[in-house]
Amino acid sequence: MKSLNTQHFFEYKILINVLLTLLALTGITVIASYIDLGKMNVWIALFIASIKGSFILFFFMHMKYEGRVLVLSFLGTVFFLGIMISFTFWDVGFR
Amino acid sequence: MSSPSDESGKKLGMWLFLYTEIILFGGLFVLYAVYFARYTSDFIEGGKELNRLFGVANTIILLISSFSVAASITAIQKKEKKRAMAGIVAALLCGLVFLVNKFFEWSHKIDLGIFPNSEKLLDGPPGQNIFFGLYFVITGLHGIHIILGMTLLFISLVYVQRNRTNHERFALLENSGLYWHLVDLIWIFIFPLFYLVI
Repeated sequence: MKSLNTQHFFEYKILINVLLTLLALTGITVIASYIDLGKMNVWIALFIASIKGSFILFFFMHMKYEGRVLVLSFLGTVFFLGIMISFTFWDVGFR
Repeated sequence: MSSPSDESGKKLGMWLFLYTEIILFGGLFVLYAVYFARYTSDFIEGGKELNRLFGVANTIILLISSFSVAASITAIQKKEKKRAMAGIVAALLCGLVFLVNKFFEWSHKIDLGIFPNSEKLLDGPPGQNIFFGLYFVITGLHGIHIILGMTLLFISLVYVQRNRTNHERFALLENSGLYWHLVDLIWIFIFPLFYLVI
C-alpha cells in the first residue's frame, strides 16, 4: 500500500489553464445553441457539458491522481446511471 | 497515544456520498429527458422564458469559484495559509453572488405568475407546467446544495485559520472542495438543459 501522505496537487498554472478552457467551452456551448440543428443541439450541448465535467473531475477533483478504488467506483456510478437512463427510455419508448 | 488520521478513508467516504448525489440529480435529469421527448415544443417555449444572461453569468461564477477552491487546496499543501484562505473566501463570495442572481431570477419569474401551482401554469399547456416545475425543483435543490457547500467551505475556512487544517491534515478542506466541485459539475448540466434548449 502506498504511504498515507501521498501529496498530489496541481500547480496554479495548470489550474488557471483548466479554468480558461472551461470558460472557453462555456462560450462554445452558448454559440452552438444559436445554430439551429434541431434535436442535434441537445446532443451537442450534452457533449460539451460532458467535456467540461471531465475537466472538473480530472483536475479540480484530482481524479487524475486517484487510485483504482475511486476510479472504478466512479465508473460504476456512471454505469448505473446509464442503466437508469437507458431502461427508463426503453420503457417509455416501447409503451 | 494517538492514531494517525485516515485521510484516504475520509476521502473515500466523501466520494461514496457524492455517488448518491449523482444518482439523485441523475434521476431528475431522466425525468427532464422523458418529458422533453414528449413535450419538446413546450419545453423550447419554456426555455425561451429563461434569461440566458443569468445562466451564463452563474456558470462563469461557479467555474471561477471551483477554480479558487482547487487553488486553495494546492495552497494548503504548499503551506501557503493566506492564499488558501483567500481562495476559500473568493469561493464563498462567488457562491453568494450566485444565490443573489438566483433570487432575482426567481422573483422575476414569480412576478410573471410563473411558480409551482400558479394559475398561469395550470391553465397553460401541460408541457410548460412540467418544464417550470422541473426548473424550480432542480434549481431549488441545486441552490440548497450551494448553501450547504458554502457552509462546509466556511467551516473549512475557520479550521484553516486556526491551523487545525494544515498541510498534513486537510481532508476537511479537500472534502468540502469535492462537494463544491460536484455542485459546479451538476450546474454544468443544468445550464444547457434549461437555458439553452435549442
